[in-house]
Amino acid sequence: MNFAETVRTSLDAIFTHRMRSLLTMLGILIGIAAVILTVGLGQGAQNQVASQINKLGSNLLVISPGSTSTAGIRGGRGTASTLTSADATALADKSIAPDIAAVAPVSTGSLDLVAGDTNWTTSVVGTTPSWMGVRARSMTSGRFITNTDLNTSAQVLVLGATTAQELFNNADPVGQAVTVNGTSLTVIGVLNSVGTTASGTDEDDTAIVPQTTYQTMLSTSANRTSISSLYIEAESSTSLSAAYQEADQALLTAHHDSIRDADFTITSQESLLQTATATDKTLTVLLGGVAAISLLVGGLGVMNIMLVSVSERVREIGLRKALGATPKAIRKQFLIEASILGLAGGVLGLVLAGIGIAILPSLLGQPVVVVPLAVIGGLIVSLLIGTIAGVYPANRAAHLSPIDALRSE
Amino acid sequence: MSAPILSLNDIRKTYRTSAVEVFALQGVSFTINEGEYVAIMGPSGSGKSTLMHILGCLDVPTSGDYLLAGEDVGTMSEHQLAEVRNRRIGFVFQQFNLLSSLNAVRNVELPLAYAGTAQIKRRERSTEALARVGLADRLDHRPGELSGGQQQRVAIARALVTDPSMILADEPTGNLDSQSTADVLRLFDELHQAGRTIVLITHEAEVAEAAARVIHVRDGVVESDSQPTAARHAEQSSQADSEQSAHRVDEHPVDEWPEWIADDHR
Repeated sequence: MNFAETVRTSLDAIFTHRMRSLLTMLGILIGIAAVILTVGLGQGAQNQVASQINKLGSNLLVISPGSTSTAGIRGGRGTASTLTSADATALADKSIAPDIAAVAPVSTGSLDLVAGDTNWTTSVVGTTPSWMGVRARSMTSGRFITNTDLNTSAQVLVLGATTAQELFNNADPVGQAVTVNGTSLTVIGVLNSVGTTASGTDEDDTAIVPQTTYQTMLSTSANRTSISSLYIEAESSTSLSAAYQEADQALLTAHHDSIRDADFTITSQESLLQTATATDKTLTVLLGGVAAISLLVGGLGVMNIMLVSVSERVREIGLRKALGATPKAIRKQFLIEASILGLAGGVLGLVLAGIGIAILPSLLGQPVVVVPLAVIGGLIVSLLIGTIAGVYPANRAAHLSPIDALRSE
Repeated sequence: MSAPILSLNDIRKTYRTSAVEVFALQGVSFTINEGEYVAIMGPSGSGKSTLMHILGCLDVPTSGDYLLAGEDVGTMSEHQLAEVRNRRIGFVFQQFNLLSSLNAVRNVELPLAYAGTAQIKRRERSTEALARVGLADRLDHRPGELSGGQQQRVAIARALVTDPSMILADEPTGNLDSQSTADVLRLFDELHQAGRTIVLITHEAEVAEAAARVIHVRDGVVESDSQPTAARHAEQSSQADSEQSAHRVDEHPVDEWPEWIADDHR
């Protein structure tokens, strides 16, 4: 009996016992669907985090005050900020840090903005013109702050999209006056919208003022030259680690620190990414493990049912042997039957996963990605599991004595 | 019609269960010639089932020689035995043993499939074999849609389809009513007239009467053999004509045999 006919025989057997075949496949079906959805969810979450972190700007390093602890997770932040405008000036010096392309010092405070009879509390950022480049932002209307604004402590203000919407609704805010801490500032532009970060902060709920304006008119801090953080843009992604070393060295020298008691922390996008995706990965591995166990149980299910099937079909096996089926032919028949059950379980699992991929994102608010490797791997694994689960039952069938088989009623 | 198709020489079969040895066959010898119609009779426990298993190459003897169509079957491996069963023996069982999920023609094709016959040839020969047993209009029916007598005729078609050296029927009428029994026996008789070698195992005297030669088995030995091969040629030819006409099924006369069966006796 050739391969195609054996397949046909196996299909006959599978379709004769439709309900049982379906139940047999169930374990593998659920396992494969679980694997594909888990991997898809994990990948979706990672992609989301990665794209959000990339929104911060390319080749970005963030220096924040306070010491670091292990694995890039920042320890408790010091009460007094240890970073100053002088640090920013030092890092911008090409002779000290040749791999740093731009530096944007940032002073941040949560302040009340008043426009007419509307008020809105937002994160007000005092910075330099290089901020826009470092953070990879652009303008939807008006202009960003300039060096002239910086040098003259101009009373100007750039709004984030959310802040502009809250204060002025749909009206054009450019040229309008906003009062902050009793100081009247003129809106000169609105930033493009970039949405929410991985940590849930609305990047559009902000207002940008020249650093000098912030320090002299708006800051409530005692030390007016202290800044909240420094954004650094490396020359390229390959010089990112060089920029990291240079910044580290320059600041240690400037602060007279040793590496042990450094009073600042440098974070790269990569380390942010790693921290953010570490939890996702743990979850993916955990769920993937559960899915793998479900696949294993599915395999045991196939083996179990195949054994039942062999003992139920001893008469058929005996008859086939009497008609001239060799042990090899019988073994092949049952192995192929088990493989088909496995593969069919895998295919149905894909269908279930497909339904899941269509429904889950709207249910969970999480993207689910189709990972081709998981799909192909899932099919191969389901076929393998079926085949392996079929070996023992197929051997039992092959070695049944035709006499005993024919005798059984 | 004289070459021996099978010969048993001092066949013994011993089963060992944990403590007891059962001597199922204790030295059975006989020869069956091509074209003979032989009934093997015996009460239950006589060793007739064991003898059927050995004749059918489903089991091997503990000692003794069994030559089937010139081949020593006693020393064969499981794989070789499967091939011998496929080529040499057409089984007919008491329980019909048709596969319920397959229609009549696919049931009949089964031994040809294991022989590796091409699909077209297989369908052609199966259709012919079913026509031969009077079921040309039942090709697509499944066993569940056929009467007991029809099912047994499908089984006989399956036994015929490989053109075997011997048709080995184990209580073929045990599950049939008297009308179907008569039909099946008439069919065997026709096949015998057409030159088939038929070995029929039964415990019913009326069924055994249909055969020209009856071998009685009791307690693992041959108790009597109505017509040992050498003595019966003359008598058989004189009786043949009258019996043939009495039992013929009209719509399937002997001369309508397909050519491949007529030419190719092994």
